[in-house]
Amino acid sequence: MTQPLAKPPRKNPVARTRQPTLPPGARSRRALGLAAAAAAGRFELQVCGDCGAVQYPPREVCHQCLSENLAWKPVDPMGRLLAVTTLHHSNDLYFRERLPWRVGTVRMRAGPSVVAHVHGDCQEGQDVRLALKLDRSGQAVLIALPEKATPHMEDDKTLRETSCDPKFRRALVTDGKTAVGLAVIQALLDAGATAVFAGDPETWKRNAAFDALCQDPRVQPQALNVTDTDSVERVSRSIGGKVDILVNTADYEREGGILHNRDLIKARDALDVNCVGLMRLARHFGPAMAGRAADGVNSAAAWVNTLSVYAHANLPARGIWSASQAAALSMSQCLRSEFRPSGVRVVNVFSGPIDHEWEQLTPPPRVAPAAIANAIVRALKDGTEDVYVGDVAQEVLARLRDNPKALERELGS
Amino acid sequence: MTRAGYEGVVAAVPVTVPYVRYSIHSAHWWLGRALGELLRRSGVAKHEVDGLCVSSFTLAPDTAVGLTQHLGMSPRWLDHIPMGGASGVIGLRRAARAVQAGDASIVACVAGDTNHVDSFRHTISQFSRFAQDAVYPYGAGGPNASFALLTRHYMRESGATREDFGKLCVAQRDNALRNPNALMKKPLTLQQYLESRVIADPIHLFDCVMPCAGADAFLVMRPEKARELDLPSVRILSTIERHNAWPEDPIQIRGGWTMDRDEFYAQAGVGPRDVDFMQAYDDYPVINMMQMEDLGFCDKGAAPAFVREHSFTVDGSFPFNTNGGQLSVGQAGAAGGYLGMVEALRQLTGAAGKCQLERADIGLVSGFGMINYDRGLCTAAALLARSDA
Repeated sequence: MTQPLAKPPRKNPVARTRQPTLPPGARSRRALGLAAAAAAGRFELQVCGDCGAVQYPPREVCHQCLSENLAWKPVDPMGRLLAVTTLHHSNDLYFRERLPWRVGTVRMRAGPSVVAHVHGDCQEGQDVRLALKLDRSGQAVLIALPEKATPHMEDDKTLRETSCDPKFRRALVTDGKTAVGLAVIQALLDAGATAVFAGDPETWKRNAAFDALCQDPRVQPQALNVTDTDSVERVSRSIGGKVDILVNTADYEREGGILHNRDLIKARDALDVNCVGLMRLARHFGPAMAGRAADGVNSAAAWVNTLSVYAHANLPARGIWSASQAAALSMSQCLRSEFRPSGVRVVNVFSGPIDHEWEQLTPPPRVAPAAIANAIVRALKDGTEDVYVGDVAQEVLARLRDNPKALERELGS
Repeated sequence: MTRAGYEGVVAAVPVTVPYVRYSIHSAHWWLGRALGELLRRSGVAKHEVDGLCVSSFTLAPDTAVGLTQHLGMSPRWLDHIPMGGASGVIGLRRAARAVQAGDASIVACVAGDTNHVDSFRHTISQFSRFAQDAVYPYGAGGPNASFALLTRHYMRESGATREDFGKLCVAQRDNALRNPNALMKKPLTLQQYLESRVIADPIHLFDCVMPCAGADAFLVMRPEKARELDLPSVRILSTIERHNAWPEDPIQIRGGWTMDRDEFYAQAGVGPRDVDFMQAYDDYPVINMMQMEDLGFCDKGAAPAFVREHSFTVDGSFPFNTNGGQLSVGQAGAAGGYLGMVEALRQLTGAAGKCQLERADIGLVSGFGMINYDRGLCTAAALLARSDA
C-alpha cells in the first residue's frame, strides 16, 4: 500500500528553494511517437502493418519482417513483472535526488520486454498494467502499475512525478466568474487543492455563484483582469510564489468574421484577452512557477489553457474569436517550450461550444462547464498535455486528421 | 561446410599499459602507448605493422581511421570493433583470418580508453539508441541497473545466492593481489563483500567493476615470423562469435555461446575438461556464472553448485580470471574486452609472473559485450593453446 502524502508544512521563508532538475530527455525522433500517445493519455506502441509484430523500443523498420509500415496503435498494456531492482545509485542528478527508485523488466502480453519505472505496489512475478506517462522532461516513460487500483496509489512517486495532481497544491483560476471558471474552482477544491485563488476581473459586478464559492475558506478572491497589466503584476507580487497550478479561464467570445465587421474593437478585445492576456499572465507568474518546479509536495506543476477546438481550424461565423484562439494556441506552444527546462507542464484543454451565454444561438451538443472542469482535473491527475472535451471537439479533431481541407470548407458552409 | 582452422597464425606479445582510475589524457594517448609498447617489446618496426584492429569507446569523434594518421601508420588492413567486452576475442579472430589470407602480415590488436572524471556518465547516457530511448530515462542506473535485473532473475531461476557471487569476487581479488597492475590492492573477505553497500538490489558495491583508463594489446602474425623475432606465441584452436542470440527470451538467462558451443569444442578437438583455465568477461559476477554454464563447464542453472565446488584461484581448482579480472583490476572501457585475452596469452607463454599457473596448456577466453537495450548482445569465445602443446 502506498504511504499517503502528508499536507506539506508552511514553507520556511529563509530556506533555499530547490532548483528543478530533469530526468534524461534525449530521444530519437521515432521514440517521440511515445510522447504523442502519452500527451493524449493513450497507450500505443508501433505495430507492423504487414506482420502484426509489436515493436519496442521504437524502430525504423519491423524487427521481424523489415517492413517500414509501422503505425502507432493501441496495444494490450498488461504484462508480467519479471524482475525488479531498487536503485540506490544513479548517474543522473534528477534521480539522485529521488533515490531509492524502482525499475523493472516487464514481459508484455503483446510481445516485447520493456524496462519500466515500477510503482511501489507492484510485486515481482505478478501481472502489471503498463501506462505511458510524460515525465518532468516532457518525454514519455513507461510505468508498471498494479493490476488493480490500490489505496493512495496516485501518491507513489512514480505517479506524483509524472502527474500534476491538484492534491495539496494551490491553484489560480484567472477568471473565476466565467461559467467555466466557477466550475474549475469547484473541481479543484473537490480534487484536494489546499487553496484556490479566484481571479475577479470585475469586482464591481456581483455574481451570486462566485460569492457562494468564496465562502469556502480555501477560496481567496483576487482582483485580477488579464487585460490590465497592473492588476496582473499586483496579484503576481502578492501570491505568485504560491501558485502551483494556473488555470487560465479568461475568455472573450464574440460572433462575427472579417468582411462584414467594420470596427476592430472586437478583434482587439479578443486578442487582448485571449492572446495578450495569456502573455501578461505568463510574464508575471511564469518565472516564479518555473523557479518552484521542484519545491516539494506542493511544487509548481502545471499551466492550463482553456482553448476552443477552433484554435485548430477557423470557424468563420466566429472568425475573429477563432483567430484569437489560434494565436493563443501558438503562444501556448512557445510557453510549453519555455517551461520545458523547469518541468512545469503546459496543458491545453480544447473544447467544443460551451454551454454558456455567449453560445446562446449555437445548437447542441454544447459542453457543460463542469465537463471542462472535470477534464482539467483529470488531465492534471493523469499528467496528460492535450485534452479534447466533448463530442464536437473530438469530431473536429478527427476531421482535421482525416482531411484538413474538407474541414476548412465545411466549417465555412 | 566446415570452417577453416587457424593453422599458420599465432598471437603474441601481450601488453598492458597500466590502468589508472582517472586520466587527463585522451584515448589516443592510451592506444598510442599500447602500440609503442608492442613495437618495443617485439622489435617490429612501425611500418612493418600492416594491419591494425582498434576498440575504444572514448576515441570519438575519431575511429580507427583517424588513429592511423594520429599514429603515423599506413596499414593495408584496418578494422574497428565496437563490441565492448567481446572485442578481444573478435579482434583476434578477425586479425587471424587477415593474416591467414595474406591480407596483412602483422596485425596490431589494440584496445584502450581514457576515463575522465565525468566520462563514464557521458558514455552510458549515449551508449546506444535503444539505451537512450528506453533504458537511460529509467533511473539512469547504467549497467548496474541492467545487471541488477538480470541478476535478480538469474538468482530466482538458479537458486544462486549472494554468497556464490561473493565467492567469485573474493577469489578474483585473491588472484589480483598477485597482479601488480590491478587497481584493487587490498584483500577482500566474503564478509566485506556481503556487507558492502547496496547499489541496485541485489547488486552491491563489490559486484561492480570500477571504470578506469588503460589499454591492452597483442600482435597476430605467422608462426614463422614469431620464431624469427624470437617471440613466444600462442596457437588458436577455435573461436566463435554470436550477436543478439535468443531474442525471444523475455529476459537474458543464456548467451550466444550456447548456439555455437558444440562447433566450438569440435573445431578445437578438445572438451571443457581439457581446459586448464578460463578468462571470462566479468563486469558482474552473474555473467561469470552464465559463461560457466553456457560454455559447458556445468549444466544450465548448475553454476551455483559448480561455484561451491571450486576455488577459482591461481593455486586452486578451476583457475578463473587469474589476473583478478575487471572486478579487481578495473574496467578500462573497451580494454576490458582485452583483459582476459592478454592474460591468457601470458599464461600460455609462461609470462604471467606471480599469476602464472603450474599447468597452462589450453585456455579459454570468453567475451561478452554491449548492453544495447536490456541484454548483452555480443558473445564470443576462443580456445587457445601453448605453441608446443
